Amino acid sequence: MKTTLKSALAGAAALLVAGAAHAATLDDIKKAGVLKCGINTGLPGFAYTDDNGKWTGFDVAYCRALSAAVFGDPDKVKYVNLTGKNRFPALASGEIDVLSRNTTWTFSRDVDLGFTFLGVSYYDGQGFIGRKALGIKSAKELDGASVCIQTGTTTELNLADFFRVNKIKYEPVPIETNEEARKAYVAERCDVYTTDASGLAATKTTFAKPDAHMVFPEIISKEPLGPLVRQGDDQWADIARWTLNALINAEEYGVTAANVDKLAAKAGDNPEINRMLGTEGSLGAMLGLRKTWAVDAIKAEGNYAEIFERYLGTKTPLGLSRGLNALYTNGGILYAPPMR
Amino acid sequence: MARNASARRPGSPGWQRLWSDERTRGLIYQLLVILGVALFVAFIVSNTIANLQRAGLASGFGFLFDQAFFDINQRLIDYTSTSTFGRALVVGLLNTVLVSAMGIVAATAIGFVAGVLRLSPNFLLSRLVGAYVEITRNVPVLLQIIFWWVVLSGLPKVRDSLALGDAVFLNNRGVRLPAPLFESGFEWVLAAALAGVVATVFVARWSRRRQNESGERFPVFWSGLALIVGLPALVYWIAGSPVAWDIPKPTRFNFRGGFNVTPELVALWIALSTYTGAFISEIVRAGILSVSKGQTEAAGALGLRPGQTMWLVVIPQAMRVIIPPLTSQYLNLTKNSSLAIAIGYQDLVSIGGTILNQSGQALEVVGIWMVVYLSLSLLTSMFMNWYNRRIALVER
Repeated sequence: MKTTLKSALAGAAALLVAGAAHAATLDDIKKAGVLKCGINTGLPGFAYTDDNGKWTGFDVAYCRALSAAVFGDPDKVKYVNLTGKNRFPALASGEIDVLSRNTTWTFSRDVDLGFTFLGVSYYDGQGFIGRKALGIKSAKELDGASVCIQTGTTTELNLADFFRVNKIKYEPVPIETNEEARKAYVAERCDVYTTDASGLAATKTTFAKPDAHMVFPEIISKEPLGPLVRQGDDQWADIARWTLNALINAEEYGVTAANVDKLAAKAGDNPEINRMLGTEGSLGAMLGLRKTWAVDAIKAEGNYAEIFERYLGTKTPLGLSRGLNALYTNGGILYAPPMR
Repeated sequence: MARNASARRPGSPGWQRLWSDERTRGLIYQLLVILGVALFVAFIVSNTIANLQRAGLASGFGFLFDQAFFDINQRLIDYTSTSTFGRALVVGLLNTVLVSAMGIVAATAIGFVAGVLRLSPNFLLSRLVGAYVEITRNVPVLLQIIFWWVVLSGLPKVRDSLALGDAVFLNNRGVRLPAPLFESGFEWVLAAALAGVVATVFVARWSRRRQNESGERFPVFWSGLALIVGLPALVYWIAGSPVAWDIPKPTRFNFRGGFNVTPELVALWIALSTYTGAFISEIVRAGILSVSKGQTEAAGALGLRPGQTMWLVVIPQAMRVIIPPLTSQYLNLTKNSSLAIAIGYQDLVSIGGTILNQSGQALEVVGIWMVVYLSLSLLTSMFMNWYNRRIALVER
């Protein structure tokens, strides 16, 4: 009986200590020596394994840049693969430090779920893909169709809204992961598959005959995708937000992975570049990081344009053009606040 | 003894006397443990609430009245995307109950037949059933669910549907059946069917009494069939066929009209009932083997045929051994139905998961899941215990 009592008290004491030791996220990450980054379970272009079995892609590149900003080393990342459903509990519970998993920034997620969105890394919208043999040209002709969707996403809600507003009927076929939804579509369990347009382009590349399928012209929602962190640790949110902004600003100022070392060697003519790369001012210290945080972040995978072109651009199987995601100076809406 | 010794020791203060008393000491220890456990639980609860509040997650069940804004493909009650989260959960609960009930009926039938056949003197038959039992119960049920789902997705595509008389269509999106539309006058058919059932019960009782008294037998089965099927059919004809059929018609994508049994439901049903059926067959076999051979021999000596011996002598006695473990299998089947999520059958867990994701109310949804499965299991147990008491051997 004595031992029972002792172990109970010891357990309670351990929990008290665990509860008290809730320090800042940056300190925890530095202590662990690794950044826990939540990514997709597999989506071509955004998060996939390369020939060597290493995770890579557009979303992964952000994790690597953030790791470089914190540690000066882009490889100190532990990737946690998450489905549409378990990503939020994983972030809320602290299983991951940052979620970079093409997640749509919405009011309720930002306000009600208690997360902080850091910005938009990809402006997307929801579309449909179907077989050309169906002989339809528009998603509004889908009355009575079976539609494959991934559960637990904004996609599911947009879909219900779209069919309700257009007063047409459909049969939803909800599936847990993108990969299984794709299989169900290939098996013709459903007529069309719906997800973000970038995801459709990614999925289309995996079909046996990509040309037999078409993406319908309707984009039925706004899907600003971006990384997010838990609410309540502003320092960590700032680090994560400004790492993203640094990548976008680097493209605007023409800083690339190739020339960043030269530009960071000594202060140049452009004060914006000087402040970002730490040759002037003390932006790094304000974040609680090294002077060269942005240099390391840019060196990890290059600036925004380099990352985009490497994983999603027209030379990749996805073949996505910049579109809305071009810089505001090039006809897009990508715009990062100044480094000042 | 210790108490007497300490009580007699002179000059020791009261609390010390108490302390040396083994029983009092035990009581104090127990009180301390209870206090410790209570503090521990209170700490966990307050810590959880504090953490939830810090994370900005409002707790409570108010979200159940918020609009859901997502669709569900299999609905046993009316539901649209503008219905509430609470209603969506009820739709999911009914889907769970549906597949569990279907699975329990089928698993019981499969289990009893397989259990009896496994004991068959026919070598081939008993070995075939043995192979079925060993294969299905040794492969994880999740794999079997996915296996059947993949098999069903190999059915013809929707535009090459197998048609049965232009009314029933089979394809890899399920079976599309004509749906009955009841018109006025149908209530008489229902009343006739009910009357048929009641009359059959009376006929059966009367026939048993007569057989006990005179030994004469009455064809209860055929008269029951006439009363339960024939009578309503007659009324149906007299009332002028008060049922119209909503026949499915092919459209550009799917079929319109009728109702659809989805491949997800069928795959889950087949997998759960064959898997649990294998376990039940072993329970049935054990039950039958528990009835002593003397019973069979005595029945044979009385001139009962082997079939009669099995169903009238052996099975009723075997039931006493079968029922308690059978209850566990029913509970397992109900809980295994939550694996539905793997193939997109929208049961309680699947819909609850979507709600959890859209509303962020993780603790509440998980709590609801636990309460619902607990209630379903307790209800099943209650019913089976009642049945067990009913068939228990009455000592005279």
